[in-house]
Amino acid sequence: MAELRLKSFRFRAEREADWLRLEALLRKAEGRSAAALSAEELLAIPVLYRASLSSLSVARATSLDRALTDYLESLCTRAYFFVYGTRSSARERIGAFFTHDWPSAAKAAWRETVVCATLTVLGAVAAYMLVMHDPEWFYSFVPGGLVEGRGPEATTQALRATLFDSSHNQLLSVMATFLFTHNAEVAIMAFALGFAFCVPSALLMVANGCTLGAFLAVFIQHGLGVEVGGWLMIHGVTELFAVMLAGAAGVQIGVALAFPGERTRLDSVSRAGRGAGRRCAWLGPRRPGRRRSVSRPTTGSSANW
Amino acid sequence: MTPEGVDLRLRLAEASERAAAFLLDAAIMAGILVALTAVAIGATIGAGGKGASSQIIMVIWLLGFFLLRNAYFILFELTPRAATPGKRALGLRVAARNGGRLTADAIFARNAMRELEVFLPLTFLVSRAGPVDTWLNLLGIAWCSIFVFFPLFNRDRLRVGDLVAGTWVVKTPQRKLMADVAETAFAAQGDFDFTQAQVDAYGAKELQVLEEVLRRMEARTIAAVAERIRGKIGWTRGPIESDYAFLDAYYLALRARLESRLLFGRRRRDKYDKA
Repeated sequence: MAELRLKSFRFRAEREADWLRLEALLRKAEGRSAAALSAEELLAIPVLYRASLSSLSVARATSLDRALTDYLESLCTRAYFFVYGTRSSARERIGAFFTHDWPSAAKAAWRETVVCATLTVLGAVAAYMLVMHDPEWFYSFVPGGLVEGRGPEATTQALRATLFDSSHNQLLSVMATFLFTHNAEVAIMAFALGFAFCVPSALLMVANGCTLGAFLAVFIQHGLGVEVGGWLMIHGVTELFAVMLAGAAGVQIGVALAFPGERTRLDSVSRAGRGAGRRCAWLGPRRPGRRRSVSRPTTGSSANW
Repeated sequence: MTPEGVDLRLRLAEASERAAAFLLDAAIMAGILVALTAVAIGATIGAGGKGASSQIIMVIWLLGFFLLRNAYFILFELTPRAATPGKRALGLRVAARNGGRLTADAIFARNAMRELEVFLPLTFLVSRAGPVDTWLNLLGIAWCSIFVFFPLFNRDRLRVGDLVAGTWVVKTPQRKLMADVAETAFAAQGDFDFTQAQVDAYGAKELQVLEEVLRRMEARTIAAVAERIRGKIGWTRGPIESDYAFLDAYYLALRARLESRLLFGRRRRDKYDKA
């Protein structure tokens, strides 16, 4: 009698096994990864998911058991995210990233990259002129920690030694690692700062250029122009470019925020953000680790740590 | 909300939950960092001060710190659960705002912005300087706090990173499938015979409150609720009747009545609903 009257109870009894099976599969998949599931189990998940989803619709319409509908809601949500969520494996992603995503993303931002490069060059030229004119300017462009005996009053010999002599630096590998992590931080910072309507990113580009220009001026004054140029070619090009690209990504976000065009501001920013994220994602690891700090970009805030 | 056309009624995470999750993660990161540092110091002493091995240890420490700072959030959010341990503990996860897939780019972008929201303010806080620089620092902190408190000023509780990446953080609590309260009432059903008028006293809302009372099993609440319902429907208490059995039986009868009416298209929301 009772069984007949309470349809929702029968409804539950008939489908309960499927729900529990889906829950068990999801727990397995979430705990490790989708690879932990057998092919059969993997195929079962979407079927069970749709069955549970339809149970949820029915339960909402006919059952008054609150705990049941809540449970189904949470189960379906979990399954939904599993079925439609992040799917590609890390290895696949990285492969696709290098062969296709990253180059096309970088190409799409060529205008911003040119702007950032121009800013860096402008900074470098300005600092170069000023330091050539009056060596005292050097100290306004280069923070004390970076000088390492390479200031304007250093002798030609000492400067030459910083370029060619590697024996004086016992802690080279530590230094290289430190610079590697530091530079990656600066690149991420250049990217993140773009959100504040591009201004800080642009300033960072100029400051980076200034440091570079000031060092160049010192070396050229001592007649080491060719040497420092050659040294920069090897050590600095990839990393300078990486910082420029990160800055470009930041600028893109800032521009999307300030001038959304026809889209809504929010939509515009999130589109730019994803593209820019793609661009930035592997900038850090791309750069070779062994280099010295001439091209190391600095800001007041990031130089502190 | 789903491609199948079923609304999952996702709820967004509260600012307080987000903050708690972040603090948990920060505590975990700090713990790992302390452990890493301790191991590094121990290894350096073990290796006997200077030399090539202490350099390697130093390199490992630096790389570890770098990975911890940048990769912790990204790697955890790339897993199928899309949540860091802190978020998991609070039943949260990251989801794409348009309901589509959560891509790796979005996860990177949302976490790169942490640089702006967490580490930049921290550097301003810890840096010490002369009087002029102090004012600059204060201005810097004020400027940064725009980003730090950004989630409090929009309805969707979006961080700057969420905004840029097109993501948000939703609640996905994990629930257990609980036994039906009605199940225990079937056996005792013969003892209670409610009239039509008696089961018509309440609606769906009251039914759900009753369900919760029965699940909690608190003797005092059950006694009070049973007294209330007896008074309302004019039920006289039998000699061996327990409060719980009465409520359970009434729950079953009420639910059967309401559900059968639901099948005919009449949903009675609460006791004031005359439908």
